[in-house]
Amino acid sequence: MDKNLFVAITMAIGSIGPALAIGWLASKAMEAIGRNPEAASKIQTPMILAIAFAEAIAIYALVVALIIKFV
Amino acid sequence: MAGFTPPPLSSENILEIGSFPIRNTLLASWLVMAILIIGVLIFSKNSRRLIPRGFQNLVETIVEGLFNFFNAVTGSVKQTKRFFPIVATIFIFILSANLLGLFPGFGPLGICEPEAPAAVAASTENLPIATASEVPAENGSAICPQGELLLPFFRSVNSDVNMTLALAIIAVIAIQFFGIKELGFFHYWGKFFVNPFRDFIGFFVGILELISEFSKLISFSFRLFGNVFAGEVLLLVMSFLVPYAVPLPFYGLELFVAFVQALVFALLTLVFMTMATSSHQEEQAEGPLKDDTPKVLPEEMAKIGGTAATT
Repeated sequence: MDKNLFVAITMAIGSIGPALAIGWLASKAMEAIGRNPEAASKIQTPMILAIAFAEAIAIYALVVALIIKFV
Repeated sequence: MAGFTPPPLSSENILEIGSFPIRNTLLASWLVMAILIIGVLIFSKNSRRLIPRGFQNLVETIVEGLFNFFNAVTGSVKQTKRFFPIVATIFIFILSANLLGLFPGFGPLGICEPEAPAAVAASTENLPIATASEVPAENGSAICPQGELLLPFFRSVNSDVNMTLALAIIAVIAIQFFGIKELGFFHYWGKFFVNPFRDFIGFFVGILELISEFSKLISFSFRLFGNVFAGEVLLLVMSFLVPYAVPLPFYGLELFVAFVQALVFALLTLVFMTMATSSHQEEQAEGPLKDDTPKVLPEEMAKIGGTAATT
Protein backbone atom coordinates (compact mmCIF):
# COMPACT_ATOMS: atom_id res chain seq x y z
CA MET A 1 0.00 0.00 0.00
CA ASP A 2 1.09 3.55 -0.55
CA LYS A 3 3.33 4.97 2.14
CA ASN A 4 1.31 8.16 2.34
CA LEU A 5 -1.70 6.17 3.50
CA PHE A 6 0.20 4.99 6.55
CA VAL A 7 1.40 8.50 7.25
CA ALA A 8 -2.20 9.71 7.23
CA ILE A 9 -3.44 6.83 9.38
CA THR A 10 -0.68 7.40 11.94
CA MET A 11 -1.52 11.05 12.24
CA ALA A 12 -5.29 10.50 12.32
CA ILE A 13 -5.31 7.81 15.00
CA GLY A 14 -2.55 9.46 16.98
CA SER A 15 -4.52 12.68 17.31
CA ILE A 16 -7.69 11.15 18.73
CA GLY A 17 -6.35 10.63 22.24
CA PRO A 18 -4.73 14.03 22.69
CA ALA A 19 -7.75 15.80 21.23
CA LEU A 20 -10.04 14.12 23.75
CA ALA A 21 -7.59 14.75 26.56
CA ILE A 22 -7.24 18.45 25.79
CA GLY A 23 -10.99 18.81 25.47
CA TRP A 24 -11.60 17.20 28.87
CA LEU A 25 -8.85 19.24 30.53
CA ALA A 26 -10.14 22.50 29.17
CA SER A 27 -13.75 21.70 30.03
CA LYS A 28 -12.91 20.86 33.63
CA ALA A 29 -10.84 24.01 33.87
CA MET A 30 -13.71 26.08 32.50
CA GLU A 31 -16.05 24.52 35.02
CA ALA A 32 -13.66 25.31 37.84
CA ILE A 33 -13.23 28.89 36.67
CA GLY A 34 -16.99 29.25 36.33
CA ARG A 35 -17.45 28.17 39.92
CA ASN A 36 -14.70 30.38 41.27
CA PRO A 37 -13.78 33.22 38.91
CA GLU A 38 -11.23 34.65 41.35
CA ALA A 39 -9.06 31.55 41.06
CA ALA A 40 -8.82 31.89 37.27
CA SER A 41 -5.10 32.64 37.15
CA LYS A 42 -4.36 29.87 39.63
CA ILE A 43 -6.18 27.37 37.47
CA GLN A 44 -4.74 28.66 34.24
CA THR A 45 -1.10 27.84 34.85
CA PRO A 46 -1.51 24.14 35.69
CA MET A 47 -4.06 23.85 32.88
CA ILE A 48 -1.54 25.10 30.32
CA LEU A 49 1.04 22.69 31.70
CA ALA A 50 -1.32 19.74 31.46
CA ILE A 51 -2.39 20.71 27.95
CA ALA A 52 1.26 20.82 26.90
CA PHE A 53 1.76 17.31 28.25
CA ALA A 54 -1.27 16.05 26.33
CA GLU A 55 -0.21 17.83 23.16
CA ALA A 56 3.23 16.25 23.38
CA ILE A 57 1.61 12.86 22.70
CA ALA A 58 0.17 14.20 19.47
CA ILE A 59 3.61 15.51 18.60
CA TYR A 60 5.08 12.04 19.12
CA ALA A 61 2.56 10.72 16.57
CA LEU A 62 3.55 13.56 14.25
CA VAL A 63 7.22 12.67 14.55
CA VAL A 64 6.49 9.04 13.72
CA ALA A 65 4.45 10.16 10.70
CA LEU A 66 7.30 12.40 9.56
CA ILE A 67 9.79 9.58 9.95
CA ILE A 68 7.59 7.27 7.89
CA LYS A 69 7.23 9.88 5.19
CA PHE A 70 10.77 11.11 4.99
CA VAL A 71 13.00 8.22 5.99
CA MET B 1 1.30 18.30 -5.62
CA ALA B 2 3.48 19.10 -8.57
CA GLY B 3 6.25 21.52 -7.75
CA PHE B 4 5.98 21.39 -3.96
CA THR B 5 9.02 20.05 -2.16
CA PRO B 6 8.57 19.70 1.57
CA PRO B 7 11.41 21.07 3.67
CA PRO B 8 13.95 18.45 4.63
CA LEU B 9 13.70 16.90 8.06
CA SER B 10 17.33 17.66 8.88
CA SER B 11 19.00 20.98 8.30
CA GLU B 12 21.33 21.48 5.40
CA ASN B 13 25.03 22.18 5.38
CA ILE B 14 26.15 25.66 4.48
CA LEU B 15 29.85 25.01 4.66
CA GLU B 16 32.24 22.79 6.53
CA ILE B 17 35.15 23.92 8.66
CA GLY B 18 37.42 20.93 8.60
CA SER B 19 35.04 18.17 9.50
CA PHE B 20 32.60 20.34 11.49
CA PRO B 21 29.47 21.11 9.47
CA ILE B 22 27.99 24.57 9.75
CA ARG B 23 24.27 24.18 9.22
CA ASN B 24 21.73 26.81 8.41
CA THR B 25 20.03 26.37 11.78
CA LEU B 26 23.40 26.88 13.47
CA LEU B 27 23.82 30.16 11.58
CA ALA B 28 20.34 31.18 12.66
CA SER B 29 21.10 30.36 16.29
CA TRP B 30 24.23 32.51 16.12
CA LEU B 31 22.07 35.29 14.77
CA VAL B 32 19.66 34.92 17.70
CA MET B 33 22.54 34.93 20.15
CA ALA B 34 24.01 38.03 18.51
CA ILE B 35 20.68 39.85 18.78
CA LEU B 36 20.24 38.92 22.44
CA ILE B 37 23.81 39.77 23.40
CA ILE B 38 23.63 43.13 21.60
CA GLY B 39 20.38 43.82 23.43
CA VAL B 40 22.05 43.02 26.73
CA LEU B 41 24.99 45.29 25.92
CA ILE B 42 22.68 48.16 24.99
CA PHE B 43 20.77 47.64 28.21
CA SER B 44 23.84 47.56 30.39
CA LYS B 45 25.17 50.79 28.92
CA ASN B 46 22.02 52.89 29.06
CA SER B 47 20.28 51.81 32.21
CA ARG B 48 21.22 54.08 35.06
CA ARG B 49 17.87 55.75 35.59
CA LEU B 50 15.87 54.97 38.68
CA ILE B 51 12.65 55.73 36.78
CA PRO B 52 13.11 53.66 33.66
CA ARG B 53 12.25 54.85 30.21
CA GLY B 54 12.47 53.35 26.77
CA PHE B 55 14.48 50.19 26.31
CA GLN B 56 15.31 49.90 29.98
CA ASN B 57 11.61 49.99 30.72
CA LEU B 58 10.94 47.16 28.30
CA VAL B 59 13.67 44.96 29.72
CA GLU B 60 12.57 45.62 33.29
CA THR B 61 8.98 44.82 32.37
CA ILE B 62 9.98 41.52 30.85
CA VAL B 63 12.23 40.52 33.74
CA GLU B 64 9.76 41.56 36.40
CA GLY B 65 6.85 39.89 34.65
CA LEU B 66 8.78 36.64 34.29
CA PHE B 67 9.94 36.79 37.89
CA ASN B 68 6.43 37.23 39.25
CA PHE B 69 5.11 34.48 37.02
CA PHE B 70 7.81 32.03 38.10
CA ASN B 71 7.31 33.08 41.68
CA ALA B 72 3.68 32.03 41.48
CA VAL B 73 4.81 28.58 40.36
CA THR B 74 7.61 27.91 42.81
CA GLY B 75 6.04 29.62 45.80
CA SER B 76 9.24 30.82 47.43
CA VAL B 77 11.31 33.83 46.41
CA LYS B 78 14.59 32.13 47.29
CA GLN B 79 13.93 29.26 44.92
CA THR B 80 12.80 31.61 42.17
CA LYS B 81 15.99 33.63 42.49
CA ARG B 82 18.00 30.45 42.18
CA PHE B 83 16.17 29.05 39.17
CA PHE B 84 15.47 32.33 37.42
CA PRO B 85 18.67 32.74 35.35
CA ILE B 86 18.48 29.46 33.49
CA VAL B 87 14.73 29.23 33.16
CA ALA B 88 14.31 32.80 31.95
CA THR B 89 17.22 32.34 29.54
CA ILE B 90 15.59 29.24 28.11
CA PHE B 91 12.32 31.14 27.71
CA ILE B 92 13.83 34.22 26.08
CA PHE B 93 16.10 32.22 23.79
CA ILE B 94 13.37 29.88 22.55
CA LEU B 95 10.93 32.75 22.13
CA SER B 96 13.42 34.84 20.16
CA ALA B 97 14.46 31.84 18.07
CA ASN B 98 10.87 30.93 17.21
CA LEU B 99 9.89 34.51 16.40
CA LEU B 100 13.00 35.08 14.31
CA GLY B 101 12.16 31.97 12.31
CA LEU B 102 9.01 33.72 11.11
CA PHE B 103 10.86 36.75 9.80
CA PRO B 104 10.97 37.39 6.08
CA GLY B 105 14.27 36.11 4.80
CA PHE B 106 14.33 32.91 6.79
CA GLY B 107 13.84 30.53 3.94
CA PRO B 108 13.87 32.39 0.66
CA LEU B 109 17.38 33.75 1.20
CA GLY B 110 19.69 31.12 -0.12
CA ILE B 111 21.49 29.72 -3.08
CA CYS B 112 20.35 27.26 -5.66
CA GLU B 113 22.32 24.09 -5.50
CA PRO B 114 22.09 21.12 -7.75
CA GLU B 115 20.72 18.24 -5.78
CA ALA B 116 23.55 16.11 -4.54
CA PRO B 117 21.82 13.96 -1.98
CA ALA B 118 24.64 11.44 -1.73
CA ALA B 119 27.26 14.03 -0.81
CA VAL B 120 25.16 15.65 1.87
CA ALA B 121 23.74 12.41 3.21
CA ALA B 122 27.23 11.14 3.86
CA SER B 123 27.91 13.99 6.25
CA THR B 124 24.63 13.96 8.16
CA GLU B 125 24.53 11.58 11.05
CA ASN B 126 20.90 11.97 11.98
CA LEU B 127 18.14 11.59 9.43
CA PRO B 128 18.88 11.64 5.72
CA ILE B 129 17.65 14.53 3.67
CA ALA B 130 14.16 13.99 2.40
CA THR B 131 14.29 15.66 -0.93
CA ALA B 132 16.06 12.87 -2.74
CA SER B 133 12.91 10.83 -3.06
CA GLU B 134 10.39 13.66 -3.03
CA VAL B 135 11.50 15.89 -5.86
CA PRO B 136 9.05 15.64 -8.76
CA ALA B 137 10.25 15.52 -12.30
CA GLU B 138 9.44 19.15 -13.02
CA ASN B 139 10.09 21.94 -10.60
CA GLY B 140 6.91 24.04 -10.62
CA SER B 141 8.33 26.98 -8.67
CA ALA B 142 10.35 29.52 -10.59
CA ILE B 143 12.99 30.18 -7.97
CA CYS B 144 15.61 27.72 -9.06
CA PRO B 145 16.27 26.31 -12.47
CA GLN B 146 15.17 22.78 -13.04
CA GLY B 147 17.04 20.09 -11.21
CA GLU B 148 18.26 22.46 -8.50
CA LEU B 149 17.07 22.94 -4.97
CA LEU B 150 17.05 26.08 -2.90
CA LEU B 151 19.41 25.84 0.04
CA PRO B 152 18.32 28.48 2.55
CA PHE B 153 21.00 30.32 4.48
CA PHE B 154 18.89 30.65 7.60
CA ARG B 155 16.34 28.28 8.97
CA SER B 156 14.21 28.44 12.10
CA VAL B 157 16.46 27.36 14.94
CA ASN B 158 14.20 24.86 16.65
CA SER B 159 13.23 23.09 13.45
CA ASP B 160 16.40 21.07 13.89
CA VAL B 161 16.10 18.24 16.36
CA ASN B 162 19.78 18.68 17.31
CA MET B 163 18.99 22.12 18.68
CA THR B 164 15.98 21.09 20.72
CA LEU B 165 17.80 18.03 21.99
CA ALA B 166 20.66 20.25 23.15
CA LEU B 167 18.22 22.50 25.00
CA ALA B 168 16.50 19.47 26.54
CA ILE B 169 19.83 18.04 27.72
CA ILE B 170 20.73 21.39 29.29
CA ALA B 171 17.36 21.57 31.03
CA VAL B 172 17.45 18.00 32.37
CA ILE B 173 21.05 18.31 33.59
CA ALA B 174 20.14 21.61 35.27
CA ILE B 175 17.23 19.87 37.00
CA GLN B 176 19.54 17.15 38.29
CA PHE B 177 22.12 19.73 39.32
CA PHE B 178 19.66 21.76 41.39
CA GLY B 179 18.24 18.61 42.93
CA ILE B 180 21.65 17.35 43.97
CA LYS B 181 22.68 20.78 45.20
CA GLU B 182 19.61 21.11 47.39
CA LEU B 183 19.23 17.60 48.73
CA GLY B 184 22.75 16.22 48.58
CA PHE B 185 23.99 13.55 46.23
CA PHE B 186 22.87 10.40 48.04
CA HIS B 187 19.57 11.77 49.29
CA TYR B 188 18.62 12.90 45.80
CA TRP B 189 19.51 9.65 44.11
CA GLY B 190 17.92 7.81 47.01
CA LYS B 191 14.63 8.89 45.49
CA PHE B 192 15.27 6.72 42.45
CA PHE B 193 17.25 3.82 43.88
CA VAL B 194 15.20 2.59 46.81
CA ASN B 195 16.08 -0.51 48.75
CA PRO B 196 13.43 -3.08 47.73
CA PHE B 197 13.62 -4.92 51.03
CA ARG B 198 12.71 -1.85 53.04
CA ASP B 199 10.18 -0.25 50.75
CA PHE B 200 8.84 -2.56 48.08
CA ILE B 201 6.46 -0.17 46.36
CA GLY B 202 8.98 2.63 46.62
CA PHE B 203 11.36 0.45 44.65
CA PHE B 204 9.02 0.33 41.67
CA VAL B 205 8.11 3.99 41.99
CA GLY B 206 11.83 4.78 41.96
CA ILE B 207 12.33 2.82 38.76
CA LEU B 208 9.39 4.58 37.14
CA GLU B 209 10.72 7.97 38.20
CA LEU B 210 14.13 7.10 36.79
CA ILE B 211 12.56 6.19 33.46
CA SER B 212 10.50 9.38 33.54
CA GLU B 213 13.70 11.40 33.97
CA PHE B 214 14.90 10.05 30.65
CA SER B 215 11.54 10.48 29.04
CA LYS B 216 11.76 14.17 29.93
CA LEU B 217 14.64 14.43 27.47
CA ILE B 218 12.55 12.93 24.70
CA SER B 219 9.40 14.85 25.50
CA PHE B 220 11.12 18.25 25.85
CA SER B 221 13.02 17.94 22.60
CA PHE B 222 10.27 16.43 20.48
CA ARG B 223 7.53 18.74 21.72
CA LEU B 224 9.49 21.79 20.65
CA PHE B 225 10.83 20.22 17.47
CA GLY B 226 7.46 18.87 16.38
CA ASN B 227 5.68 22.15 16.92
CA VAL B 228 8.24 24.30 15.11
CA PHE B 229 8.89 21.92 12.23
CA ALA B 230 5.20 21.23 11.69
CA GLY B 231 4.59 24.96 11.71
CA GLU B 232 7.23 25.40 9.03
CA VAL B 233 5.65 22.74 6.84
CA LEU B 234 2.19 24.16 7.44
CA LEU B 235 3.22 27.66 6.40
CA LEU B 236 4.95 26.34 3.29
CA VAL B 237 1.95 24.25 2.28
CA MET B 238 -0.46 27.12 2.87
CA SER B 239 1.68 29.55 0.93
CA PHE B 240 1.97 27.03 -1.86
CA LEU B 241 -1.79 26.46 -2.05
CA VAL B 242 -3.04 30.06 -1.82
CA PRO B 243 -0.18 32.57 -1.84
CA TYR B 244 -2.28 35.65 -1.02
CA ALA B 245 -4.11 36.42 2.25
CA VAL B 246 -4.76 32.82 3.35
CA PRO B 247 -1.38 32.23 5.08
CA LEU B 248 -2.07 35.18 7.41
CA PRO B 249 -4.14 33.36 10.06
CA PHE B 250 -1.57 30.58 9.95
CA TYR B 251 1.17 33.10 10.64
CA GLY B 252 -0.94 34.22 13.58
CA LEU B 253 -1.13 30.62 14.73
CA GLU B 254 2.63 30.32 14.40
CA LEU B 255 3.19 33.45 16.48
CA PHE B 256 0.95 31.99 19.16
CA VAL B 257 2.70 28.62 19.02
CA ALA B 258 6.10 30.34 19.25
CA PHE B 259 5.10 31.99 22.50
CA VAL B 260 3.32 28.99 23.99
CA GLN B 261 6.13 26.53 23.26
CA ALA B 262 8.73 28.80 24.82
CA LEU B 263 6.50 29.24 27.85
CA VAL B 264 5.80 25.52 28.18
CA PHE B 265 9.47 24.58 27.94
CA ALA B 266 10.49 27.09 30.59
CA LEU B 267 7.50 26.35 32.82
CA LEU B 268 8.02 22.60 32.72
CA THR B 269 11.71 23.02 33.49
CA LEU B 270 10.77 25.21 36.44
CA VAL B 271 8.15 22.77 37.73
CA PHE B 272 10.55 19.83 37.47
CA MET B 273 13.24 21.82 39.25
CA THR B 274 10.81 22.67 42.02
CA MET B 275 9.82 19.03 42.33
CA ALA B 276 13.45 17.90 42.29
CA THR B 277 14.44 20.23 45.12
CA SER B 278 11.63 19.13 47.39
CA SER B 279 12.05 16.01 49.48
CA HIS B 280 9.21 13.56 49.78
CA GLN B 281 8.10 14.70 53.22
CA GLU B 282 7.70 18.24 52.04
CA GLU B 283 5.79 17.14 48.98
CA GLN B 284 3.01 15.67 51.05
CA ALA B 285 2.71 18.71 53.25
CA GLU B 286 2.54 21.37 50.58
CA GLY B 287 2.16 21.30 46.83
CA PRO B 288 4.52 23.19 44.56
CA LEU B 289 1.88 25.81 43.82
CA LYS B 290 1.14 27.15 47.26
CA ASP B 291 0.20 30.73 47.90
CA ASP B 292 3.10 32.82 49.17
CA THR B 293 1.64 36.32 49.32
CA PRO B 294 3.19 38.32 52.15
CA LYS B 295 0.94 38.18 55.17
CA VAL B 296 0.80 40.92 57.79
CA LEU B 297 1.16 39.79 61.39
CA PRO B 298 -1.74 40.59 63.74
CA GLU B 299 0.25 42.95 66.00
CA GLU B 300 1.46 44.93 63.03
CA MET B 301 -2.11 45.01 61.80
CA ALA B 302 -3.22 46.57 65.09
CA LYS B 303 -0.38 49.05 64.89
CA ILE B 304 -1.40 50.06 61.38
CA GLY B 305 -5.03 50.28 62.45
CA GLY B 306 -4.01 52.31 65.50
CA THR B 307 -1.94 54.84 63.59
CA ALA B 308 -4.59 55.16 60.91
CA ALA B 309 -7.19 55.88 63.57
CA THR B 310 -5.16 58.66 65.15
CA THR B 311 -4.35 60.52 61.89
